[in-house]
Amino acid sequence: MEQIIAKDLYFTYDKQTPALKGVNFTVQKGEYVAIIGHNGSGKSTLARLLNGLLTPTLGTITVDGIVVGDKKTLFEVRKRVGVVFQNPDNQMVASIVEDEVAFGPENLGVPRKEIKERIDFALSAVGMQDFKRATPSRLSGGQKQRIAIAGVLALKPDVLVLDEATAMLDPQGRKEVLSTVQKLNKEQGVTVVAITHYMEEVTKADRVIVLSDGEMVFTGTPKEIFLKQKELKNLGLEVPLAVYIAQKLKEQGVEIDGDVLTQSDLAEALCKL
Amino acid sequence: MKDVTFGQYYPANSIVHSMNPAVKILLTIAYIVAVFMVKQFYFLGFAACLLAVILITILAKIPFLKVLKSVKAVIFFVLLSAILQLLFNKNGTPLWKGGFITDVGLLTAGFITARIVLMVLGATLLTLTTSPVDLADGIETLLFPLKLIKFPVHEFALIMSIALRFIPTLIDETDRIIKAQKARGADFDSGNIFKRAKALIPVLIPLLISSFRRADELADAMDARCYAGSKKRTKYKKTPFTVSDFFGLVFMAGLIVGVVFLNGFII
Ligand SMILES: Nc1ncnc2c1ncn2[C@@H]1O[C@H](COP(=O)(O)OP(=O)(O)O)[C@@H](O)[C@H]1O
Ligand SMILES: [Mg+2]
Repeated sequence: MEQIIAKDLYFTYDKQTPALKGVNFTVQKGEYVAIIGHNGSGKSTLARLLNGLLTPTLGTITVDGIVVGDKKTLFEVRKRVGVVFQNPDNQMVASIVEDEVAFGPENLGVPRKEIKERIDFALSAVGMQDFKRATPSRLSGGQKQRIAIAGVLALKPDVLVLDEATAMLDPQGRKEVLSTVQKLNKEQGVTVVAITHYMEEVTKADRVIVLSDGEMVFTGTPKEIFLKQKELKNLGLEVPLAVYIAQKLKEQGVEIDGDVLTQSDLAEALCKL
Repeated sequence: MKDVTFGQYYPANSIVHSMNPAVKILLTIAYIVAVFMVKQFYFLGFAACLLAVILITILAKIPFLKVLKSVKAVIFFVLLSAILQLLFNKNGTPLWKGGFITDVGLLTAGFITARIVLMVLGATLLTLTTSPVDLADGIETLLFPLKLIKFPVHEFALIMSIALRFIPTLIDETDRIIKAQKARGADFDSGNIFKRAKALIPVLIPLLISSFRRADELADAMDARCYAGSKKRTKYKKTPFTVSDFFGLVFMAGLIVGVVFLNGFII
């Protein structure tokens, strides 16, 4: 089922050159979509359009059939589409984890007893149930970002949008967040739209959308996208190291079997030689 | 600098810590009133207040030194007012023949010192046993009646709690900027006070700019989580009125009655 439908999206900040110029795409329910593109290609603009933080200049987006950007349905949309931003420090309002997670449901006027349940659910979904009374400023970057995800999950969204949510984290934190998001996608059926420039994260997606200068230039499975190594390079994007090595080896006449996306794929393929 | 705990909250598991912050604030105000109710030179009333402070400190499981340390902050002020009384209070009779210090001067100096010190001790017990977050919460509860005159209590409380939330972040950031500027040869430690103040400008400006960026991003994150002001908002955090609050009220009522009673005796 199509959950997000974007048609001919245009967006212009202060009448300058448009940040998005006619983007069309759909996202299926339960899909894991990665969005990549160079700096300034319009990724964050797109993320903000998805939950009505910005309103399209032209074109439409619908989420579960609800038009985004209409004042009357704004909260219906924001309940459905949760956004996690880049800097964990700048998206927290409370000094205690459980109060932080409670913020969203409080805004919706959820009764106290249900907020309690939602906190427990959201914190265990991100594996932070033991940190209910902790102070976010004492936690690691990865833990903070998981709390931020929990804060969004407490709204029971159908779609989770991550705008470079791992960009400020160390490799350990990035791993924590990535596996949390994958788990939510697989086990809870949450639709994920992950903006990232870590190609290793892209390999986990069902589908990839490549943006360049406000336009969608490619879309396809990670495999299909990584085959376009030259085109990606022209857009200022790299393929994952394992993919690069496998392709170089193929060019040198080494017979690499199957499709290599991750390091373990590569290791397996090399062992078969 | 990372481990700076702002405020002076002393975490412990005690009956005083578990009290409702709003009640604690009210009781602190009641205590200060009690201290001011002690009639001039009726020092027994102060003894009662001191006894109350000692009892609360024991109940709160706080080391006495921690409580006493708070006096350090006002010591200059206390000494100054005491010395002024000793030197310039000309009421009463001189303590020795031709001396410039009078008995009334000495008593007044002692009275003022006791009053300020006891006041500070009481207020310190509040901040030692209540975290800043709980304090803000207590203030919100107490401000609630102002809703009647359309004072934006919820917004005010949110501002307080966000400010508290960002203090550690901003301390970290200040630290980072100072290090970065030092690495570029900035000198914060020499020169007179004006030079040093001027050296802080390259720290404050980046801090200010980044705070604006943070505020922008925070506003987006709050919007994204359906924030829409206080309308139809529920409150998760609840601080019930408990038995310990009841005991606190009785305790403070006892102190006030005690002070009034002791105001009848002079020594
Ligand atoms: N608040 C803003 N005001 C004006 N222009 C902006 C603003 N935010 C982004 N832009 C511009 O819009 C374009 C797309 O930006 P953005 O969506 O943030 O890209 P990305 O997230 O892919 O780096 C850029 O050219 C950027 O300069
Ligand atoms: Mg961006």
